[in-house]
Amino acid sequence: MCIAVPAEVIEIRDGNIGLVDFGDLQHEVRLDLVDVKVGEFVLVHVGFAIQRLSREEGLETREIFRQVYEAMGA
Amino acid sequence: MAVGKDIIKAIHEEIRSNLRIMHVCGTHEAAIAKHGIRSVLPKELKIVMGPGCPVCITPAGEIDCAMDLAAEGKIITTYGDLLRVPGSKGSLESADGDIRIVQGIHKAVEIAKNTDKEVVFISVGFETTVPTVAATILQNPPENFSILSCHRVVPPAMQWLLDQGEADLNGFILPGHVCAVMGYDEYEQFPVPQVVAGFEAEDLLLGLYMLIKQINNGEATVENAYPRAVTREGNTKAKALMYDVFTPCDIEWRGFPVIPGSGLELKREFEKYDALKRFNKTIPHIEKRSACICDQLLRGLAEPTDCPLFGTACTPRSPVGPCMVSHEGACKIWHQYHR
Ligand code: SF4
Repeated sequence: MCIAVPAEVIEIRDGNIGLVDFGDLQHEVRLDLVDVKVGEFVLVHVGFAIQRLSREEGLETREIFRQVYEAMGA
Repeated sequence: MAVGKDIIKAIHEEIRSNLRIMHVCGTHEAAIAKHGIRSVLPKELKIVMGPGCPVCITPAGEIDCAMDLAAEGKIITTYGDLLRVPGSKGSLESADGDIRIVQGIHKAVEIAKNTDKEVVFISVGFETTVPTVAATILQNPPENFSILSCHRVVPPAMQWLLDQGEADLNGFILPGHVCAVMGYDEYEQFPVPQVVAGFEAEDLLLGLYMLIKQINNGEATVENAYPRAVTREGNTKAKALMYDVFTPCDIEWRGFPVIPGSGLELKREFEKYDALKRFNKTIPHIEKRSACICDQLLRGLAEPTDCPLFGTACTPRSPVGPCMVSHEGACKIWHQYHR
């Protein structure tokens, strides 16, 4: 039950409800816990957006690894 | 997994001695098993699991209490994962009564709005989940709605594990989604190497690599290998809501004794939503009776395959212990991937 999945906010409706896109399906989620705009990504857990995501996604792991690896002079 | 290969190579270069690293997140265990991560790591590096599955650490007494409430005619609502978790007299799945699976607490409130009956939400979950409950309680659910708060927070359990020293740990991979909400400043109090990691194979490998480096450098700080979701402060709005509604309490975990300050109860002003107070219940302490070794698994002392019942008397179809029930339970995950 503690799984959390990234999704894009595509519409914001009344009463803190957002329509989000998980890639293959769209779902209404509660937005009480985050301040987001349409087009931003959120992490969704048990029907709520629990945090906003930065957009750099996959690229970022690569970049951190490069930095950490270079810092050790390897 | 081009980058993954590079990271694996770097891990093999960096490892110098036997290391035991604990993660405290069921979703990490699922990702490690799914991606076969243990099989690509050097043999010196051992990843052990801790008390990371909120369903698994829910003790039998809380299940018994939920079953009693169901028997009294209240509508019980909860997450699907909890249904088959064994109490001392069976599970919610086998219990008499009106028991309904919901996606989250907001759906349980909708049920309460459409009935005169009492509706109790069995509210499990770590810090990832607690703010969703807090936000809902703050919206004044109807009078016939209440929660059985089975919430627990991670840092006091880490403190307990470190104080015990029994699991002999060199470092921790911190739970990415707990930290997405809470940040990681709280973890800086622990004098042990720690890295927050995400859930893709590369995220996890990067987290492990950073942790090994930190250990080798003789440092003990908290690093973040998952910055696209995690910041040091976390989601300040969610955290504030959580402490508007809940206050810490001492609570027992399955496999652990009472851990001080590790539970969350509703503050006095929200007492009317507290099922224990509303229906005058207490949570009984239940001694473990079966040969299930979940308690040792949850403390990093054993692996599922160490259990004599694993895959024989205990399977996902007929689970003996909670770790074979939940999708984040170690035994269920190993049963799916290690056969
Ligand atoms: S295999 Fe079953 S009985 Fe053994 S530890 Fe896991 S859940 Fe408990």
